Amino acid sequence: MPAVTETLETVQSVTEGGYKWGFETDIEMEFAPKGLNEDIVRFISAKKNEPAWLLEWRLKAFAMWKKMEEPTWAAVSYPKIDYQDAYYYAAPTQKVKPKSLDEVDPELLKTYAKLGIPLKEQAILAGVEGAGDTPADGGRMPIAVDAVFDSVSVATSYKERLAKDGIIFCAISEAVQEHPELVRQYLGTVVPQGDNYFAALNSAVFTDGSFVYIPKGVRCPMELSTYFRINAKSTGQFERTLIIADEGSTVSYLEGCTAPQRDENQLHAAVVELVALDDATIKYSTVQNWYPGDAEGRGGIYNFVTKRADCRGARSKVSWTQVETGSAITWKYPSCILRGDDSVGEFYSVAITNNRQQADTGTKMFHIGRNTRSTIVSKGISAGRGQNTYRGLVRISPKAAGARNFTQCDSLLIGDECGAHTVPYIENRCMSAKVEHEATTSRIAEDQLFYCRQRGLSEEDAVGLIVNGFCREVLKELPMEFAVEAQKLLQISLEGSVG
Amino acid sequence: MLKIENLHATVDGKPILKGLSLSIAPGEIHAIMGPNGSGKSTLSYVLAGREGYEVTEGSVTFMGQDLLAMEPEERAVAGVFLAFQAPVELPGVGNANFLRTALNAVRRAKGEAEVDAIQFLKLARARMKVLNMPDDMLKRPVNVGFSGGEKKRNEMLQMAMLSPKLALLDETDSGLDIDALKMVADTVNSLRGPDFSALVITHYQRLLNHIVPDHVHVLSAGRIIRSGGPELAQELEATGYAASVAAA
Ligand SMILES: Nc1ncnc2c1ncn2[C@@H]1O[C@H](COP(=O)(O)OP(=O)(O)O)[C@@H](O)[C@H]1O
Ligand SMILES: [Mg+2]
Repeated sequence: MPAVTETLETVQSVTEGGYKWGFETDIEMEFAPKGLNEDIVRFISAKKNEPAWLLEWRLKAFAMWKKMEEPTWAAVSYPKIDYQDAYYYAAPTQKVKPKSLDEVDPELLKTYAKLGIPLKEQAILAGVEGAGDTPADGGRMPIAVDAVFDSVSVATSYKERLAKDGIIFCAISEAVQEHPELVRQYLGTVVPQGDNYFAALNSAVFTDGSFVYIPKGVRCPMELSTYFRINAKSTGQFERTLIIADEGSTVSYLEGCTAPQRDENQLHAAVVELVALDDATIKYSTVQNWYPGDAEGRGGIYNFVTKRADCRGARSKVSWTQVETGSAITWKYPSCILRGDDSVGEFYSVAITNNRQQADTGTKMFHIGRNTRSTIVSKGISAGRGQNTYRGLVRISPKAAGARNFTQCDSLLIGDECGAHTVPYIENRCMSAKVEHEATTSRIAEDQLFYCRQRGLSEEDAVGLIVNGFCREVLKELPMEFAVEAQKLLQISLEGSVG
Repeated sequence: MLKIENLHATVDGKPILKGLSLSIAPGEIHAIMGPNGSGKSTLSYVLAGREGYEVTEGSVTFMGQDLLAMEPEERAVAGVFLAFQAPVELPGVGNANFLRTALNAVRRAKGEAEVDAIQFLKLARARMKVLNMPDDMLKRPVNVGFSGGEKKRNEMLQMAMLSPKLALLDETDSGLDIDALKMVADTVNSLRGPDFSALVITHYQRLLNHIVPDHVHVLSAGRIIRSGGPELAQELEATGYAASVAAA
């Protein structure tokens, strides 16, 4: 889901319960044979016309993965995944650049429209020639969008405009072709191939994702956004995102995702690597809305994601903001390695679990440089039979003199069949460091609901309002358009959780 | 406009209201006085439809409708407003956002166009000036960190903005200084008219010096034991409730 206000109306116009993005696009697709082996890794690499070093890199990852065990420490449970029973490559076949919107596969356009992408960006995404040359409609601030449809990036908008500032924003497969030196220099330096089971799998078979490079001293003039969509059946999505903010640069990046409604579970194992050099700032916002499964827990996305930022430079700053409303299972710990002196890491999270959803999410802050600071604000909301775990690590190395961390974990329970758990690990090996942790668990009080209803709000609107209030500290970190959308999404995600 | 007949209600299985009858005509203001624990708040909650307040007998009609069959929010948008004895805090929920959501819910029910943020601010600021409320109270979370007086002012702001047909004021004057008391009275008086009725619950005659009621009732042990004109309030102030209770 892109960062646009239009989506709001789309969302508002649908009032019945359930997941609103569960449709499937009927479009011609190309698949690799089902299953996973070295040949599939080679197939993907060949499809992408990759240089030899990258194929070697993938094969090494695959060899590592084969020797690894799927982790079991998270507080989530699911039937064993059969990694041989999935497709690892699926791509829409349309290749020729259309001249106008009329020539674009109408199914693809319909998909964009349903997702609430504005017409202008739709045209650009569909690759209509010249569509990106004029500004967005109504003087609206344009948003550069990269759309990843199953295994491939279908289009990226405003590329030329960004290129004027020396900014590179493209599909990672394209970056491999156009900027191999940059990709090679940074790929896997934050999340190495063998980092964990899912990262190794991703390194072997990643198919696409976004690549961003912001040159020295450049403040990116618009929000960059990637929209991920799993469409094809029985297909895993393994995207890989790499963002490099060079010295003194600033960028705000948004990520949104949805998937069709299916009875089977689908695997999503992404890797995101962020590198911030001296004085650089990266703000990374996610609204994760993968299909969560139905009320009985049938179907839904398994979201096993590794996101990590390396604050390599002095005074660099990375801020993760996530709103996790979707997925049957979420396993995700966006982290910061605070290597540079005076570097700053932030993690703002809202995670909702309703019905049978399970989330085990949090962050890791590694304080290595001096005077490094981190802030963690986690808001977990459990409803239905949802299970919500905050799992976080704050590690302060002996050299991180003057390091500071503040952690706040709040849980909100709706109903009495759900669960909230907080698992904070603190490893402080530095005398002069200061670590603070606060945690609360609460319920929506009857008098709060009554007060709202006495003022004319329906019970669901009242819950939505109270939940949004509970999440305010996190939502205010989101870019404006995203925040409005996230608020609506929170409410929709909780539909049917009261009354 | 409001007709309560032989109302019996229980809380946690405990009978609190025991055969209360009361009629309020359009434009009338009624005051209810009575000792602590006599069921005044219970009456206001039953009328507003709070969960856990169970009606076991009797009926309430509001503008010809069976009020007891309506959900709390349906009663609210139909024009029933309860100024809470203890207004509730909503952490993180902006006061402006809350009030605009409420206002638009009421306007939708009336078939009126919703107000956008800018129109709302205009309306709210004008009202707040009259209520002597600083603008920043709109930005603060609903009732969080508000003083007792600020909470009551906020209730009055909501009442003025939502312009109900029937306002239930549950001890809105308790704990207020004389200026704040006048503000409450001014707000009620500004709404006074043929389409506005109110049930003012209070312990003190002093509020009724400023809001002159059409009728005064004494509630004791879940029943109205005496009714009269404004002079009854003055008598109670002088003699206390005990005499009335003993006589009943
Ligand atoms: N939630 C409750 N559970 C049990 N008893 C209650 C509850 N609320 C009120 N009561 C009882 O009901 C009676 C009337 O209370 P209330 O309506 O608050 O009186 P008033 O407002 O006149 O002081 C009191 O005896 C009080 O203790
Ligand atoms: Mg009371």
